[in-house]
Amino acid sequence: MSEITLVEAVTQALAYELAHDENVIVFGEDVGANGGVFRATEGLQKRFGTDRVLDTPLAESMIVGMAVGMAAEGLKPIAEIQFMGFIYPALDQIISHASRLRNRTRGRLSCPMVIRAPYGCGIHAPEHHSESTESILAHIPGLRVVIPSSPTRAYGLLLAAMRDPDPVIFLEPTRIYRKIKQEVPDNGVALPLDRCFLLREGTDITLVSWGAMLTETMTAAQNLQQQGINCEVIDVATIKPLDIDSIIQSVEKTGRCVIIHEAAKTCGVGAEIAAQLAEKALMSLRAPIQRVTGFDTIVPLYKMEHLYLPSVARILNAAHEVMAFE
Amino acid sequence: MSIQSQTVAEFAITYSRFLDAEGHPTQDLPESLKNADTLRKLYEYMVLNRTFDAKAVALQRTGKMGTYPSSAGQEAIGVGVGAAMQEGDVSVPYYRDHGAHLIRGGSIEEIYLLWGGDERGNDYATLKQDFPVAVPIASQSLHAVGVAKAIQYRKQSRAVVTFIGDGGTSEGDFYEAINLAGVWKLPVLFVINNNFWAISVPLSEQTICKTLAQKGIAAGVSGEQVDGNDVLAVTYATEQALKRIREGHGPHIIEALTYRMCDHTTADDAKRYQPPEEVESYKKEDPILRLRNYLVSQNLWDEEQEKTLYARVKQTVEQAVHAYESIPDQPPTAIFDYLYATLPHDLIEQRDILLANLGAHHE
Ligand SMILES: Cc1ncc(C[n+]2csc(CCOP(=O)(O)OP(=O)(O)O)c2C)c(N)n1
Ligand SMILES: [Mg+2]
Repeated sequence: MSEITLVEAVTQALAYELAHDENVIVFGEDVGANGGVFRATEGLQKRFGTDRVLDTPLAESMIVGMAVGMAAEGLKPIAEIQFMGFIYPALDQIISHASRLRNRTRGRLSCPMVIRAPYGCGIHAPEHHSESTESILAHIPGLRVVIPSSPTRAYGLLLAAMRDPDPVIFLEPTRIYRKIKQEVPDNGVALPLDRCFLLREGTDITLVSWGAMLTETMTAAQNLQQQGINCEVIDVATIKPLDIDSIIQSVEKTGRCVIIHEAAKTCGVGAEIAAQLAEKALMSLRAPIQRVTGFDTIVPLYKMEHLYLPSVARILNAAHEVMAFE
Repeated sequence: MSIQSQTVAEFAITYSRFLDAEGHPTQDLPESLKNADTLRKLYEYMVLNRTFDAKAVALQRTGKMGTYPSSAGQEAIGVGVGAAMQEGDVSVPYYRDHGAHLIRGGSIEEIYLLWGGDERGNDYATLKQDFPVAVPIASQSLHAVGVAKAIQYRKQSRAVVTFIGDGGTSEGDFYEAINLAGVWKLPVLFVINNNFWAISVPLSEQTICKTLAQKGIAAGVSGEQVDGNDVLAVTYATEQALKRIREGHGPHIIEALTYRMCDHTTADDAKRYQPPEEVESYKKEDPILRLRNYLVSQNLWDEEQEKTLYARVKQTVEQAVHAYESIPDQPPTAIFDYLYATLPHDLIEQRDILLANLGAHHE
């Protein structure tokens, strides 16, 4: 079997579900003939036809609002928002309707849909193409927010998202769209939502991250290993709802925790993780929790983006600080 | 059964141009376009637009620029509209009207800086009142009506010009903007660059409207189509529209028909979706060629002038590239320093962390 990239794993999952569930409809801006600006829907329109894979006019609120209607009718809309930075016109439909229809109608109507969006730094594109504002969405009751960090998890988690009975925001880290290759069997087997993944076992510190930042996090863990510091690495994967139990279990073992995310610090998902650890595992902590995050700045244009992005060095600093605490 | 009804309103959209694809006049030119210097200036700025733009694409290909949106084939729109604007008017652009920026006195270096990933490109040295390029499609249309409201409130005779693509006219923001502009009779001109594509989505999948100008009708806003590859048509329509706007007659829409003779941006591959026959058929519509043919036929332009112009433009662009490449980096703290008028305390702390980390790096 040949190895595929994260973006190819997304295509593979979409194709699998299109082939196996006739209610699945894929749409968005440029997803048809062009196969998406990142080629995530490459070949799908050709294979499944213009009934199943559709280009829409350019309007994000329209895309999500229409998806609400389709979902309520029992279809499985899988919408692409071209970049996370362009999801904002659709927030009204996401927050006011997609997340609420089930609750509002006491379960009579619901919104099983997936909104996919590439997100994060790293592609030298203009402003708004580097956003990681996942915590805005994680804050909204009724939504699931899922972020894959490898081809395997992209395939398995996207399948799970498409089979979930509720709306799922599926954020795809552009920085690692083509960085890692893995063998991903096209067997239709989903991975569990709402669960963390343990990427590395260790005893000294728990490093918690998701998406593209796991690249820097794993590098930091390897560096720390050489210095005799043994890190456990957790991929949160579903940032809402949060699998805090798995994180607590790890922190009970290591007694130390560093949370790493690309998004700005204030009210980031790291704050929620830290708060829950403080509520539920304070006595297991041997040092204060540290967060290594993007600064509370607008993501700079690409020349200065590296200053914004948490570096391996910043993760190492935080880890050393946590280890040195007595 | 047939019921009785009567027509209560009727609408029409006109289309105009002065030069056909070969540069033959299709009608008499208005007085304002008979001036040889005016015509030559339009030509020169279109050539400058195409040249600096091709250089930006070349810089991107060699890793010296980020993703860049070319305006190849569409120069007549930015240049023509910009030429008809006055000092003090406000441009609220998107990313394909660089020609307007240049002919209004903006610099090439600013454009290079912005697309080279440097925020200073938006800190215009001369066009202090203009908005920066809006990347979120159609969001700028609403800013334009706000600017127009401010101008109206102060009873000034300035005008606002905002640009948008054909795809952009599908966004709610665009409809909201033209509606408000109509209701409040605001001094704003909406220029639609209809290049028939929104990345890979053809106009036919964007709307079934026969024209985009007619979108104004539902908002009570007048609109017209012009040949967007005829810089004279664009310039004249803009002059007339701005005159009416300044006289207090309210907003207007100009839909300029053109074609995207380039990839959507350097990150795109238009060969995946633009039919080659279609691209080929628009080559003969080229706005630069068309005006040159006309100028030559009127004995207003010759080989010598052409050579001199290209040499001068080449030098201008080279100087801009040099300025762009030799500008010192922004200080790292710049990512904090423009967020607020005064940096709040929590960000002072974060800025210190950034500096401390850089220090550690440099050791
Ligand atoms: C709100 C928003 N959605 C999506 C995008 C991504 N995008 C950038 S340009 C573009 C197509 C624009 O087409 P059009 O309005 O026709 O302008 P053109 O590029 O053809 O000049 C899209 C979808 C964006 N920048 N903003
Ligand atoms: Mg267009």
